[in-house]
Amino acid sequence: MEGFETFDAAGTEGVTDVRTQEMFINMGPQHPSTHGVLRVLLKADGEVIAAARPYVGYIHRCAEKIGEVLPLEQFTPYTDRYDYLSAMNNNLGYCLAVEKLCGIEVPERAQYIRVIVAELNRIASHLVAFGTYGLDLGAFTPFCYAFRDREWILSLFERLCGARLTYNYVCIGGVRHDLPEGFAEGTRNFCDHMEKTWKEYDTLLTRNPIFLQRTAGIGVVSPGEARAWGFTGPCLRGSGVAYDLRRARPYLVYDKLDFEIPTGKGEAGVQGDCWDRYYVRMLEILESIKIVRQCLDVLPGGEVRAKVSKALKAPEKEVYLGVENPRGELGHYIVGDGKKAAYRMRVRGPSFANLTILGKLLEGAMIADAVAIIGSLDIVLGEVDR
Amino acid sequence: MTALLGNAGGLFAPWAGGSWIGWIFFALVAGGIAFSIIGGLAYILVWAERRGAGRIQHRRGPNRVGPWGLLQSLADTLKLLSKEDLIPKAADSILFVLAPAVVMASALGCFTALPFSRDGVAADMPLGVYLIMAMLAFSVIGVVMAGWASNNKWSVLGAMREAAQMIAYEIPLGLLVLSAVVWYGSLNLGVMAEKQAGGWLNVGHWFVFRNPVFAIPGFIVFFVSILAMTKRLPFDLPEGESELVAGFMTEYSGMRWSFFFMEEYGAMFITSAVAVLIFLGGWNLPFVPGEWLTGSFLGQLVAAGVMFGKSLALVLVMIWIRWTWPRLRVDQVTALCYKYLTPLAFVCLLGTCLWKYAFGM
Repeated sequence: MEGFETFDAAGTEGVTDVRTQEMFINMGPQHPSTHGVLRVLLKADGEVIAAARPYVGYIHRCAEKIGEVLPLEQFTPYTDRYDYLSAMNNNLGYCLAVEKLCGIEVPERAQYIRVIVAELNRIASHLVAFGTYGLDLGAFTPFCYAFRDREWILSLFERLCGARLTYNYVCIGGVRHDLPEGFAEGTRNFCDHMEKTWKEYDTLLTRNPIFLQRTAGIGVVSPGEARAWGFTGPCLRGSGVAYDLRRARPYLVYDKLDFEIPTGKGEAGVQGDCWDRYYVRMLEILESIKIVRQCLDVLPGGEVRAKVSKALKAPEKEVYLGVENPRGELGHYIVGDGKKAAYRMRVRGPSFANLTILGKLLEGAMIADAVAIIGSLDIVLGEVDR
Repeated sequence: MTALLGNAGGLFAPWAGGSWIGWIFFALVAGGIAFSIIGGLAYILVWAERRGAGRIQHRRGPNRVGPWGLLQSLADTLKLLSKEDLIPKAADSILFVLAPAVVMASALGCFTALPFSRDGVAADMPLGVYLIMAMLAFSVIGVVMAGWASNNKWSVLGAMREAAQMIAYEIPLGLLVLSAVVWYGSLNLGVMAEKQAGGWLNVGHWFVFRNPVFAIPGFIVFFVSILAMTKRLPFDLPEGESELVAGFMTEYSGMRWSFFFMEEYGAMFITSAVAVLIFLGGWNLPFVPGEWLTGSFLGQLVAAGVMFGKSLALVLVMIWIRWTWPRLRVDQVTALCYKYLTPLAFVCLLGTCLWKYAFGM
């Protein structure tokens, strides 16, 4: 708590005769809009936040430690649980790291299927971000619309692997099953539908004057700050830095695909404000649709899973591999020592890194802005705490 | 219903005038009737809100209890009634219990002066609109009491927001009521409605058509202000659930909580009814002569129905807005009022004075 008491209420400089008492408020861990069990201790001067400090760790489940105990292939289901809104991408990040560690070649068809499911999951995740962001700002209806469309993706995934949230579909050496009959067609239909409803979203929330008032120019992160605080994903791109691991360090078949990297341009207010971060996500939905369509067009035949030894052992070396999750760079650092389980496992989660700036962003903001800022960072507490 | 209330007053008044016991009895009966009217209104409006929200949000809304889910609110009321009566240990229990009653009293008080037809009014007083404005403002006391007594920081913040918002939006609201008073030369809402009879198709003399340059913007400002007065989105900051958990209602549950809700729906209806009476011709209906609507019992019944329908239409617009827009921030709410609505309301007031001077009524 050191230094916390020394903050002065923002905006009260020069006012000497009127002195109101600051109030400490616990925002969370039980609060409707901290997106889980985030706790932010606010020092508020009325409605203005003088200082804020986030506290995390309420759903720490020792994921990394479990990764050092379980055999490599048994850890995949645990990766589903850190960012439960993008389980496919988590599976993918872990499996790619293990494949790099053990030197496993993945069949081409499996690579394309992985891109398709990862991008569909990205759309689903961004839809939740869109819906809950509306909810944070008091608009309930976008949430219902977003969940209606997300449901489409979830039922596609359900046909694919039987699960709706924690898929465990991407596995070491490929994917667990081939695409079921009608999956490609269903996905194409979804893409057409999503492009149509995207325009609805645009009129319903993105260009709504009240929404603009609430998000434009709020929670501004400059490109330099974004880099310095270790931002990745839409938060970094919202500040105008065109850094996307799918382009910067291509994995799978991303280097063969044609897609743009949307960045925040300060269209509504200042570059790097809440609206920019939000809008980058919206544009990424369109880019993901583009990627999914391309993959479906060129989807090759063949095996979907490489032959992987039943007793897979981690060789004595270390590997780090980051993938572009919906929320930013999800990196796995794995050290092997010749045993079935990893010797050391470390996960670099995007939500945790993106959250670190919160205390600074909230200083001088209003309580209502706090909700807008936390929402625009789009954190998933399951992955912050792991 | 309110026609009944008016008759009830008429029925009991001579008898009640005799002794103080009679007056107490009269007060109890009148209070009971008014309470059931608000309860009934809240019942209908909650149902409309939930069904409407369902339609807007691409889902069905309540449809299991009774036909079209009509009995859903009844089931909810039973649930709320059977809930445990909770008072937080650290709360100021007297104020905590009193606050919902104060809030509810404000809504009940408003109904006494609200005319549904010429005789369908509980208390036909010359200061009707003044009483309604005062009673509406009264609810803020209950809200601040609730926020303070709960001993919860979110509640206090919600109550402070409510106080700031109510005080701000009373100004444009009051100015516009004043412009109506100037126009009609009366503070009695019934008289205002009667004076809007006649003209082209019995529509021509409605305030918004008689004085379009100032009354139409005036009506818009009035509508925005009543949205703010009734804590409806985009002005639902006092209870903004994503920011303040539930604002001043955070610690409330069960029936006490539902009193706050009944007041909200009651206030929505009352303010809409006042807007109808002042701006939208009251109970006057196109093609129907105004004399008939104020004359016979049947006419007055139709008039009450028209009032009810018009007010309900405005309430439905409120519901539509609630399920479409995000919420404003607290400084934006007050800025909107002081920077735009209040000056506009002043212009409407002055303009109405000049219009009346230039063109007469």
